[in-house]
Amino acid sequence: MTIRRRTVLKGMLASTAMVAAPAVLRAQGAPFKIGLLTVKTGPLAQGGIQMEQGIQTLLKEKGSTLAGRKVELIVADTGGNPAGAKTKAQELVERDSVNVILGPLAAFELLAITDYVREHTTPLISLAAAEDVTQRHANPWVVRPSATSGQCSHAMGDYAAKDMGLKRMATISEDFAFGHEQVAAFQRTFEDAGGKVVRKLWPPLVTPDYTPFIAQIGDVDGVFTGFAGSNPVKFMRAYADLGLKGSIPLTGGWTAMDDALLKSLGDEAVGVVSAHFYSPTIDTPSNARFVEAMAKDYQVVPGGYSAGMYIAGQCVEGALEKAGDKAGDKEAFMEALRTVQLTDTPRGPVAFDEYGNIVGNVYIRKCERKDGALVNTIIKTYPDVSQFWTYDPAEFLKNPVYSRDFPPAKNLE
Amino acid sequence: MLFWLLLAVNSITMGGLLFLLSAGFSLIFGLMRIPNLMHGSFFMLGAYLGATFLARGMNFWAAALLSAAAMVVIGGLIERFLLRRLAGQDLAQVLLTLGLSFVVADLCLMVWTGDPIQPPTPPGLAGAFRAFGMFFPIFRLAIVAIAVVVAVALWLMIERTRLGAMIRAGVDDPAIARVMGIKVSQLFTLIFCLGAGLAAFAGVIGAPYLSIYPGLDADMLPLALIIVILGGAGSLAGALLGSFIIGFLYNFGQALFPDLAYVILFLPMLLILVLRPQGLFGRVG
Repeated sequence: MTIRRRTVLKGMLASTAMVAAPAVLRAQGAPFKIGLLTVKTGPLAQGGIQMEQGIQTLLKEKGSTLAGRKVELIVADTGGNPAGAKTKAQELVERDSVNVILGPLAAFELLAITDYVREHTTPLISLAAAEDVTQRHANPWVVRPSATSGQCSHAMGDYAAKDMGLKRMATISEDFAFGHEQVAAFQRTFEDAGGKVVRKLWPPLVTPDYTPFIAQIGDVDGVFTGFAGSNPVKFMRAYADLGLKGSIPLTGGWTAMDDALLKSLGDEAVGVVSAHFYSPTIDTPSNARFVEAMAKDYQVVPGGYSAGMYIAGQCVEGALEKAGDKAGDKEAFMEALRTVQLTDTPRGPVAFDEYGNIVGNVYIRKCERKDGALVNTIIKTYPDVSQFWTYDPAEFLKNPVYSRDFPPAKNLE
Repeated sequence: MLFWLLLAVNSITMGGLLFLLSAGFSLIFGLMRIPNLMHGSFFMLGAYLGATFLARGMNFWAAALLSAAAMVVIGGLIERFLLRRLAGQDLAQVLLTLGLSFVVADLCLMVWTGDPIQPPTPPGLAGAFRAFGMFFPIFRLAIVAIAVVVAVALWLMIERTRLGAMIRAGVDDPAIARVMGIKVSQLFTLIFCLGAGLAAFAGVIGAPYLSIYPGLDADMLPLALIIVILGGAGSLAGALLGSFIIGFLYNFGQALFPDLAYVILFLPMLLILVLRPQGLFGRVG
């Protein structure tokens, strides 16, 4: 309990960058090394650059000192592919001897290095969403402070059925694991609450024009989209151009309406409802500092990638505090990391479940135009959402992992 | 019924945009005998430049033309100072264009960051055309009109002018054309500039619905490649027909067999390569 209280106090005082005296003494040892696996080149760089901004913002705020220890950040660019992720992870672990790795960005990058960090007993804090990394193949060396693919869309499905009163919906998402898992989770909670998913569309990851898919949406009263990267921008413009915007409400997962994407969107996004683990309008002290610093240093409104990395940094801080003098020992640090509980993060209070995945709030937001700019206004908060939603974890894990075919779509027309 | 109509109209508009992209690619391929692997980069860089001009308040069409003009200059510099040094070494030239495409991609990332940009549809063409209970964006219909104008202009140039005759001679047999006193190397520069400019113009025109994002270059290049292999390198008619074939295959393929989207795009290319390697209208054997 004392640790938690101290974390809260720290959080409040941190903007002054003043650290308690004993901590300063400890800071004089060897720096604690954080390796960041991110993507700075290639098509995925958009999210990767935001990740780096997020952790840099935290380190700047704390004067590169977490829990009284000097911290050194080593940034590695994976290029956004599995082979690059593996090579860079090896460099970070074997050449730079980092104490903890943050990243990588994409699920396929994460899957390429999970075995490696397990073998080399290196703590990994990842944003990538692949469900099974914290479920059926839970890795003791991995924690995830963002969300599984389904964590936000579980809430979206529930909200669409219960609060929006939608009955028949179509889903559309990229034909890859992140899309499959998001849509599966959405379908499960939406149908459990009485709705029917009557059509599921799977455009390839690279789709220059979504018109052929939008033309198939047909007679529904709502659409769920799980697009990621730059695809939501293309999709929403085409959706509006084809006249569907006014008649069929659009809902989305977190990547589809991430706040960092809003500056690329126009009126076509107004009215879209989305579920996200983060929003810049969340009222916590650390979020106020974070949003302000991001605006000042990078002239951007932060989204899930940068907030996720800021929170990952806070988790490192929490674990360093917990582990104390033993933080240099990887086992001790990992144990501390998995039991970290934070009350003030940009996304609200968080803790990890026994599988290493975060339990935290999920926010339902509606996009509006305020003073000329697009804003996602929070309209409902689902508190302390776990990756298992309200299902029993043991029962949940007996099912196959979410995919294109599970849970089976029984109401397709 | 509406569904089919929508797909058909969309196929035509996509064909129009693809023609603007691939006409230059086809001429470069036909004349210089190399697939210009940075053609997608011209498209993307042109789109980014256009978006920058638009953000400064420039008129949409002026921005498209200015971006095309800028790319003509850049294309000319690349041909004169880089490709020319490797004259006659096809493989080296192809690798050079590939390398440059990576350089351009990362430069764009540095300058324009990774955030997608979607310029607004030009005013006057923003609305949707409503017929038979179906919405259709007017802007996309305008793209078809532009493609037709460009196609006619290019056709006149190639078939009816002295310059066009020289280009045709260069495509048919560069060695003999040289002997006849045609400065084929100057034609190379000219065609490369023209191709780069057209690609940039297409990039700006396509931006309001394709949006501009890192990786756009790699998305567009294979389409240009398929079209030119289908239609035949160096042939404008081939590029035109190929563009519309791909427009239709793309739209109907994705709607009817989304899992086979790429098979449907590449299968005709495979058939053509086996049965008629010079392409439907190919001059180069």
